[in-house]
Order: sequence, then C-alpha cells, then structure tokens
Amino acid sequence: MTSAVTIAEVHKHYGALYALRGIDFEIKQGEFFGLLGPNGAGKSTLINIMAGLTYADRGAVRINGFDVRRDYRQARRALGVVPQELVYDPFFDVREMLRLQSGYFGFGRENHAWIDELLETLNLGDKADVNMYTLSGGMKRRVLIAQAMVHKPPVLVLDEPTAGVDVELRQILWRFARRLHQDGHTIVLTTHYLEEAEQLCERIAILDQGSICALDTKQALLSRSPYRRVRLTLADAAIELPESILRLVEEREAQSITLRLHRLDDQLGAVLEAMHQCGGRLLDVHTVEPGLEEVFMELTCRKRGEVGC
Amino acid sequence: MRANTIGFYTLFTKEVWRFLKVITQTILTPAVTTLLYLVVFAQILEGRVEVYEGISYAAFLVPGLVIMAMIQNAFANSSSSLIQSKMNGNLVFVLLAPISVWEFYLAFVLATVVRGLLVGAVVYVAALWFVTLPIHHPALVLLFAVVGSAILGALGVIAGIWASKYDQLAAFQNFIVLPLSFLSGVFYSVHTLPPFWQQATFWNPFFYMIDGFRHGVIGVSDVDPWKSLLVCLLFLAVVSAVCLVMLKKGYKIRG
Repeated sequence: MTSAVTIAEVHKHYGALYALRGIDFEIKQGEFFGLLGPNGAGKSTLINIMAGLTYADRGAVRINGFDVRRDYRQARRALGVVPQELVYDPFFDVREMLRLQSGYFGFGRENHAWIDELLETLNLGDKADVNMYTLSGGMKRRVLIAQAMVHKPPVLVLDEPTAGVDVELRQILWRFARRLHQDGHTIVLTTHYLEEAEQLCERIAILDQGSICALDTKQALLSRSPYRRVRLTLADAAIELPESILRLVEEREAQSITLRLHRLDDQLGAVLEAMHQCGGRLLDVHTVEPGLEEVFMELTCRKRGEVGC
Repeated sequence: MRANTIGFYTLFTKEVWRFLKVITQTILTPAVTTLLYLVVFAQILEGRVEVYEGISYAAFLVPGLVIMAMIQNAFANSSSSLIQSKMNGNLVFVLLAPISVWEFYLAFVLATVVRGLLVGAVVYVAALWFVTLPIHHPALVLLFAVVGSAILGALGVIAGIWASKYDQLAAFQNFIVLPLSFLSGVFYSVHTLPPFWQQATFWNPFFYMIDGFRHGVIGVSDVDPWKSLLVCLLFLAVVSAVCLVMLKKGYKIRG
C-alpha cells in the first residue's frame, strides 16, 4: 500500500542556517502521526515542503505517492493543511471563503452541501455569513479547519491547531480530529502540547535542529525514559532518611516524598527495605510512569549535550 | 496534466469580486480623479494648443487620460491584491491549491483587464459630458485597452511579488509606473518635444499604448498604430515571461 506521506532525504537551508538535514521517514495510510520538536526544530519547514509552500533543496516528498513538485496537482488535492497562523481574507465572509477555496480545488456547486455540513459540524452555522475579522480566535481556527477539509483530502496536516485556544475548543478540536481519523483520514499533528500528542497520536517523530532524534510508536517512546517516579506518603514527616534514599529525593513536602528512580540502577524493593530499616512507616506508595514531556526533554537535551534537563 | 479550469475561474472571479466589493475606491475614485485632470487641463489649454489639425485639445486629451486611468488601475489591482494577501498571510490559500503558474498569472492579469476596462468605460462615458468624441476604430481601441491593461496587470503581479512591504510597492508605482505613464504623450504630442526627449519617449513602451489607443479613438497618432501594437505585444511577452519565471521559481512567495 502506498504511504500517505513519504519524506525521502529532505534537506533545506536558509543561507547559513540548516533547517532540515536529510529527513527521511514515512507515514502510513490512516495513521495519527505526531511531529514534535522545540521551536526552530524544522517542523514548519517540513510541513511547508509537504504543502508546496517551500521547496526542498534536495530530496523528495510524496503525498499518497504523488511528488509534491512533479505531480503537484494530485499531491495538493490529497493534502489539507490547517496553517498555524490565524489568516483570512478580509474581503469575504466565512461561506464565501469556503466556496472560493472549494473552487480553487476544482469543485463547483456540487460541493456546497459538503461546505454546509462542515459549517454545521464545526458549529459555524450561525457564523457562515459573517466576516472573519469579527470572529474570535477559536472561531477563526475552526474556519481554517473547514477550509483545509473543503476538498475532502485523505491526508490532513494540523499545524499547532490548539495554540492559543481555550479548553472547551481544544476538546472540540480533539473530538473532530479523532472523528476524521476514525473515518480513515491520515492525520499529521504538530503541537507544543505534548499531552495532546500523547492522547491522540499513534506514532511520533521528534525533530530537533533539523534532524529526527526519535521516531517510534508512542508506547515505545514512553518506555525510552530511563527514569520513573515513586511518591511515598510517610506516617511521620520528621523521620530522618538514610543516604541511599536521600540521593533519590526529587521533592519533599510534609509527609510526601517524590523519588526519581533509574530503571536499571535503582530497585523499588531496595528503597522500601531501606525505609523499613530506618523505621519509616509508609501510608501509601504510588508509582508515576514517565510522560512524553520527559522523553521529549531527555531526547532534545541529550542531542544538544545539555545537562540538568 | 489537465488544466484546473474551475480553479482558474474561481481565482479570476475572486479577484474581480474583490475590487467590486470596494467599487467606490477602485472604479469611481479613479474616474473622478481623471475627470478632474480633464476639467483643469482642457479648460486651461483649450483654444491655445492644437496638437493635430482640426482636433480640439480636449478631444486629443481624453483618449490619453482614459488609457492612463486604465493602465494605472490595472497595475493597482494586481499589485495591491498580491501585497495585501502576502501581508495578511491569506495568499497561502491559493498557494496550497492545485493551481498552475499559468492559471495564477492569467487569473490575476485578466481580472486587472476587467478593472481597466470598467475604469476606462466610466471615464469615457463621463468625458462625453465635456467633449463629443466618437470612436473611429472600436476594435483597435479594445485591443489597446486589453493589451495595455494586461501589461500593467502583469507588471503589478511582478511588483506585488517583489515588494515585501507597502513602501516598496509605493516606490515601484511612484518611481516607475507613474513617470512612464506621465511622460508618454498623454498631455502632448511627441513631435512637440526637443529631439532628446523625443528619442527618450520612443524608448518608453507606455507611449505606444497611449498613442495606439488614441489612434483608435480619434483616428490620428504620432506613430503607425500597428507598430505601436507590435511594441505593446512584445512588451507584454517580456513582462509575462518575467512574471511566469518568478511564479515558477516561487520567488518571494514559496519560502
């Protein structure tokens, strides 16, 4: 089966700055794929190359098997992009903008019913005849999603769709993205909210300084963290802890102590034994598995050779 | 690869629709400005200047003013639409679509031709209040109007793509388009100029648009209208080629 997105040895530089250094990976059909990375990692450049908004210096990008340069018409028809910035044409209202966008992709009146459906699905029905400049940021974001979906693309890129939106809208957008995914769309999500990627994505690529520093399933990435945390609740807050436990303490507040344990070097059994020997009585033991944020920090900091992350 | 005719037509319609939404600014204002030129110059010079024998100064001036208004507005249409879309960021919607560089170019340029023709028609009809001016060669008038507007429309696309801010676009308009259109024989015949300026005018492609258009209206001109048409078509080919190369390379619009 043809991959939804193929990125083959893509290089891009702006003057002396190398934005992408030989990026190479594939996104399968129907996948919910996360593209993460700190600011300036190259995420937007990569998405712009996929969308034909920027040209790569070397390498190739294919959408559903269509080269974004050679077969640009088919490639663009297969791709919908929700841009990061809240852009709009101040001359037109919401429905006019959607109809124009539909026309650019070669659709006529037969697509108007789908446009109306999109307006209803995204709760934009009562805003259809309103100019975009009167809408809130969240509403504008919904219109951009509708615009990206207007030509029914099989692959949808959501470039930081929840940046600056409130919790309620974020939930609506997540539900909509999940529904699209269930309907068979391939979704590529870039986000700064790692919790979002953790909740939605099946596979994740972490990009840093123009290179891929991790590409794996969410579960495999989460298991990469060498640390886990254990929160102990003590019966006596004043107890004196032995050195073997003190070196593991990350946070201590009244009766609660959070320990950071290395998966290989620090055994939970040994910690509990040491606690027992020093007379510390435990009321509760709670282990906390690492989140994507921790893995992200670990990978991006290690790549830069930074310490203390 | 099949053409995206609906995509092209939608972009063309959008460009026409855009200027019609602000018709006071895009059609009526330039018409009023041009008529003010007519009132002032024709009033002052009528009876004092006779450029061609048997033709009043007002009859000489009107065709020049009409085509000057057309080409200036054609330039304004594509250039302002593009720079606004670039500054607002909404050009991305067109760039994401499966529209070829030819379709992009033709949509923008034809929309400028429509605006040029509308402005020209409004100015001409209004000018009939001041001067009786039957059209001698309607086909020639239409040909020069379309070609002249298309040239400036294509120049507007070039300027809109090249300019990164409004200031640069204003410089293009004020230092290139405006001098070339004013120094092109709108207000005078090239034969009344000293030899140096006469030669300089013959190197100004705007002169041929205006002279050819004037021939279509009053039946008299400084140079053979077919020579003017040839020069205009060559100039259109050059600016179109530059425009298409810029679009093909994605110069300043595709990262």
